[in-house]
Amino acid sequence: MAALSAPFLDGLARGELRYQRCADCDAPQTLARYACHRCGGTRLEWRTATGLGTVYAVTVVARAPSEEFRALAPYTLAIVELDEGPRLMGHAAPGVAIGDRVRAGYFEFGGHTLLKFASGN
Amino acid sequence: MKRAYVAGAGNTSFGRHEGRGALDLMAEAAGRALDDAGLKRSQIDGVLCGYATTLPHLMLSTLFCERFSVQPAYAHSLQLGGATGGAMLMLARELVRSGRCVNVLVVAGENRLTGQARDSSIQTLAQVGDADFEVPNGASVPAYYALLASRYMHETGLTEADLAEFAVLMRTNAARHPDAHLKEPITRASVLASKPIAAPLKLLDCCPISDGAMALVVSAEPRRAPRIAITGAGQGHRHQHLTAIANTANYGARDAARWAFEEAGLGPADIDYLAIYDSFTITLAILLEEIGFAPRGGSADRVRKGDFLPGGPLPLNTHGGLLSFGHCGVAGGMAHAVEAYRQLAGRAGDRQTGARKRAFVHADGGVMSSHVSLIFARED
Repeated sequence: MAALSAPFLDGLARGELRYQRCADCDAPQTLARYACHRCGGTRLEWRTATGLGTVYAVTVVARAPSEEFRALAPYTLAIVELDEGPRLMGHAAPGVAIGDRVRAGYFEFGGHTLLKFASGN
Repeated sequence: MKRAYVAGAGNTSFGRHEGRGALDLMAEAAGRALDDAGLKRSQIDGVLCGYATTLPHLMLSTLFCERFSVQPAYAHSLQLGGATGGAMLMLARELVRSGRCVNVLVVAGENRLTGQARDSSIQTLAQVGDADFEVPNGASVPAYYALLASRYMHETGLTEADLAEFAVLMRTNAARHPDAHLKEPITRASVLASKPIAAPLKLLDCCPISDGAMALVVSAEPRRAPRIAITGAGQGHRHQHLTAIANTANYGARDAARWAFEEAGLGPADIDYLAIYDSFTITLAILLEEIGFAPRGGSADRVRKGDFLPGGPLPLNTHGGLLSFGHCGVAGGMAHAVEAYRQLAGRAGDRQTGARKRAFVHADGGVMSSHVSLIFARED
């Protein structure tokens, strides 16, 4: 685990969805960075999101990359745009489509806590 | 500034090279490029090489130089995913233009197919995803591109049947090249019926994994007629990871292309040959549209009109691209440039598409993350 992402991963383990936000310009951002993608400021804070968002992109993975994930295939992966702004990749309930409103849930797999988005407001 | 020319090219066939390592393949392609350029080993004063996932050596360039028996004044390897070949050619041009080097050998190759297990290769490649936010989900490079495709298709109306057009075109082109990996004919129907990988991408929307190598020499001397100069180059790097992509109308290709066109004093309408990276069918569609060789959502219409056929106004990847000539990593991305050079030089054999004057070459690395554009021009 990279120290930079530790707050996100610790959050997942506790069932919380955390994202970085710039304390100088208030811009939320996707992934973990050393500086704000908008203003370049380095005063970044981790906030907790509501877990609500909208499906931005979706796929169904049939050819899993490892033996471990072959047990799960086919599985749905989505990129979700959280209501707070950042985008996140996670698993999703079968059948979700771009534009669907979803809520984050969590499951344990392969030693990680992973996200699973399902329909919900 | 001096002028930089492509002075020669060489390649191995792509496919299975059982028992041969990365250096074996690189040496074969490099030897052919030197012969093609009429250069002796002692005349090579610069060497740039790619990386090989099957040979993760700390100093691949000088390891290669020792084995290949060259002692250049400038050497290193370079890593930029699928854009590595383009970036090496851009740097080779700068080395020649500045006067630092006279003859730069650019070479890459690896036994990506037979040198490792398929799962191992797929997992190595998946690491272009974010290690904490993306990879743990069981995502692979096809899954990243599938997510990218789902969004792009949603915004533009491009369909799976549209994407199938590109797979068929690349296979038809590969069938004319003696060194291509995949030549068995396919149809739009067989692409659509091929086995699902990550929706909307199916097996025939994805490039294969191959063994092979490619080499080019970039030189201050054209070496032979006609002269093929590199007249423009540019890069764009807007993100590394899929989830960080902010703008589906500019993944970075447009930035790279703008630099290259400005330097060459040309625009898309001046180009008469295309060498465009095609790791997946969606990659090719997006790049053609973003750079301006087709309207947004309209690239497949140009395929259907025959515009990109070898006999059309804008032949595209006449070697068959990554989708069918094959993909062995860095060399896979260089194959487009090698074919562009041969088409401009009038030395593409049975595949020669008439007299071509200006080629646009583009490669991307990662998940549309790093972009390099080049313009080759024939000077009669």
